[in-house]
Amino acid sequence: MSFSDDLSCQELVELVTDYLEDALTPSERDRFEAHLAGCAGCQTYLEQMRLTIDVLGHVTEESLEPAVRDQLLDLFRSWKRGDRD
Amino acid sequence: MATLVHFVIVDWTVQSSVGSMKLAVEALAGVPPAEDEARVVERLRAGDEGTFAALIDTYHGALLRLATAYVRDSAVAQDVVQDTWLGVLRGLDRFEGRSPLKAWIFQILVNTAKTCAARERRTIPLSAVWDASTTDVFEHAVEPERFVPADADRWPRHWASLPPGWGVAPEERLLSSETRSLVHAAIKALPPGQRQVVSLRDSQGWTAQEVCNVMQISENNQRVLLHRGRARVRRALERYLTGT
Repeated sequence: MSFSDDLSCQELVELVTDYLEDALTPSERDRFEAHLAGCAGCQTYLEQMRLTIDVLGHVTEESLEPAVRDQLLDLFRSWKRGDRD
Repeated sequence: MATLVHFVIVDWTVQSSVGSMKLAVEALAGVPPAEDEARVVERLRAGDEGTFAALIDTYHGALLRLATAYVRDSAVAQDVVQDTWLGVLRGLDRFEGRSPLKAWIFQILVNTAKTCAARERRTIPLSAVWDASTTDVFEHAVEPERFVPADADRWPRHWASLPPGWGVAPEERLLSSETRSLVHAAIKALPPGQRQVVSLRDSQGWTAQEVCNVMQISENNQRVLLHRGRARVRRALERYLTGT
C-alpha cells in the first residue's frame, strides 16, 4: 500500500462505527486496520469508543414517572378485572 | 378508544404475514428465546402484574420517544403510548408468537400513532423527523481543531496531539454511579434520532435491523445516527475523565 492510500486520522474516526458494525468493504477494512496498526492516537480513540459502548450497555432506561407507572398499572388491573375485549 | 384499538390489531394481522419472514430472522438475534417470551405472554394473560410492570419499565421510554416522532405534542404522545399498552393487553389473546413480543408491541405503537396523527391531521413523515439530524450539516465525531489542518505539508488531518488517555482501569471508573449519571445526561442531550438509536442499540441491545424496522430508517441512516450519538457520548466522557 502506498502512503497516499493511507487513511488520515480524521477519516478513520468517522469510519469507526462502520468498522465496529462490520459495514466496511474488505479493502476499506484493510486500510482501516493498516492505519490503526501504526497509529497510537487512533488505537486510543477506538479503545475509548469501545469503552463508551460498554458504559452505554450499563445504562438503564430512565425510570418511568411514578404517576404514569401507577396509571398504567391501574389500566392493567381494570383489564384484568374483565375489560378484555 | 375501543374502535381504534380494534383497528390497530386488525391492521397488525394484515401486516404480520408480510413481515413474518424478516421478523423470523430477527428472532435469532438479541431477543429472549421464544420459550421465555412465551412464558412472559402466559404470565400476562394470567394477569401477573409484576410481569406487566417489568414490560412497561423496559419499553415505555422507547415507545414514548417513538410516539413523539409521529405526533410531536408530548401530551398526545403520552396518550398514544397508553393506548398502545391497552392495545397490547387486548391483543394478547390473539398474539401467536410468530414475531418477537417486542416487535409486536412496537408495531402496535406505530399503528396507534399513525391513526392518531391522521385523525389530528398532524402527520409528519417519520423519516423527516429522524433525518433532520442526518441530512443537516456534517457532524464531526471529533472537533476538526484536534487534527493537523488539511493543507499542512506534513501529516495533514492526523492528530495534532494524541487523544488523552482515560487512565488506568478506566472500566472501574466508567461504571461508577457518577459516570453513569453523566452518561445518562449525555444521552438525554442527544438529538431525538441519535438518542433513540443509541438507547435501543447500545442500552437495550436491539439489533440494527430491529431499530431500522421500528424507526423506518435505512441501515445507513441508522449507522450515521449511531455513529454521531456514540461520538457525542464519548466526547462527554472524555471531558469528564480528562478535563479536556
